[in-house]
Amino acid sequence: MSWDFVLKWLPKLLHGATVTLELVAVAVIAGLILAIPLGIARASRNAYVRALPYAYIFFFRGTPLLVQLFLVYYGLAQFDAVTKGPLWPYLRDPFFCAALTMTLHTTAYIAEILRGAIQAVPPGEIEAARALGMSKGKALLYIILPRAARIGLPAYSNEVILMLKASALASTVTLLDITGMARTINARTYMPEQTFLIAGLIYLVMSFVLVQGFKLLERYLRVDASQGR
Amino acid sequence: MAEATPALEIRNLHKRYGELDVLKGISLSARDGDVISILGSSGSGKSTLLRCINLLENPHQGQILVAGEELKLKATRKGELIAADNRQINRLRSEIGFVFQNFNLWPHMTVLDNITEAPRRVLGQSKAEATEVAEALLAKVGIADKRHAYPAQLSGGQQQRAAIARTLAMQPKVILFDEPTSALDPEMVQEVLSVIRGLAEEGRTMLMVTHEMNFARQVSSEVIFLHQGLIEEQGSPDQVFDDPRSARCKQFMSSNR
Repeated sequence: MSWDFVLKWLPKLLHGATVTLELVAVAVIAGLILAIPLGIARASRNAYVRALPYAYIFFFRGTPLLVQLFLVYYGLAQFDAVTKGPLWPYLRDPFFCAALTMTLHTTAYIAEILRGAIQAVPPGEIEAARALGMSKGKALLYIILPRAARIGLPAYSNEVILMLKASALASTVTLLDITGMARTINARTYMPEQTFLIAGLIYLVMSFVLVQGFKLLERYLRVDASQGR
Repeated sequence: MAEATPALEIRNLHKRYGELDVLKGISLSARDGDVISILGSSGSGKSTLLRCINLLENPHQGQILVAGEELKLKATRKGELIAADNRQINRLRSEIGFVFQNFNLWPHMTVLDNITEAPRRVLGQSKAEATEVAEALLAKVGIADKRHAYPAQLSGGQQQRAAIARTLAMQPKVILFDEPTSALDPEMVQEVLSVIRGLAEEGRTMLMVTHEMNFARQVSSEVIFLHQGLIEEQGSPDQVFDDPRSARCKQFMSSNR
């Protein structure tokens, strides 16, 4: 690998990395917030409440992210109601479309992670909360969700890493994220081996940092110590 | 003089699982300061009875009164009775302590947080207030030095004592113990029993399902022997242990000596 090449193009790729980072951050944070009510509903004992988010999750887990992205970015623009509507300034923006699609997509997965985590809280611990006089809502807020957060955290960190890599699809709707930038550089230089090697290394460093961050968070929340007994 | 209102009264309680009748009409009443031990072989319905009192299980028939206040119940389509008034059941549950066989401490919280959580969230105590009460209770059950430990760092006996402290922090009028020593090593049983004995001596009203026969005999004011979902024998410890009238109870006592 030539250092001239690296020095010349690395700043561009790092700029792409900030786009990637922004996309992923928006998706996994907004996704988490949206997933909380969905996940709680999915864990409900009431079949009707449970069915409500099911259609949503079924669609977003059952279709490829790329298809969803094309539907939002190219598909919506075919409707006059959209292009003349108040949201058009946002929906014509590739970053907004990619962030929106990735958020909706990851929400479905995080909701299922949360459902599994809520259902994995030992029933005795919930009984203890109820037996002390906590209402359903208080038991959920103060006992079940904090407990489920620890149970679901390893799976959530996995989802974040998956989204980091899935964000490469945003390059297909003209966004200059790491992958988008690498494609542009490759088109100019015809040096795919160097370009994509550097791009891959940047992803690798980012996921390493994320993994370490989640490791610290797991330690802080005492995830290991509070699972078994 | 009219008899004082019982601290806890149960009338004609029925519970079934599918076709199986677990409780076939249990009535009992506990006056203030009573310590009632509930004995019986496995499957006689002891734990189910205790869990029906604060609706951890839903009975199919019967009445439950706490200090004269009747728990409002309504039937579901399946025929189970559930609380008709959520505010009431939550309040009554906060007044009825429940100690579990498996402790059921919250493993992600320190011992201190386990104890202060319900007083803060349910009774609205401030953190400082709840902590002060909790520290005193931990000293009382003998694990003051463990207040910042997590449940997994405690022995079984210490966990159960922490769970008892958590229950006491709600200042319950009645405490229900569901086999509090059954999950413990023999060595740890005594430390938990001595805490429970201390509570009995304070004059607390308690219902206790237990297999610790000697202990039940020493601390109880009344002993109930349950058999196939019915109260087979009921009376003072001496009478039930030494001179049971029913053949089944006699057999049970002689095999547990």
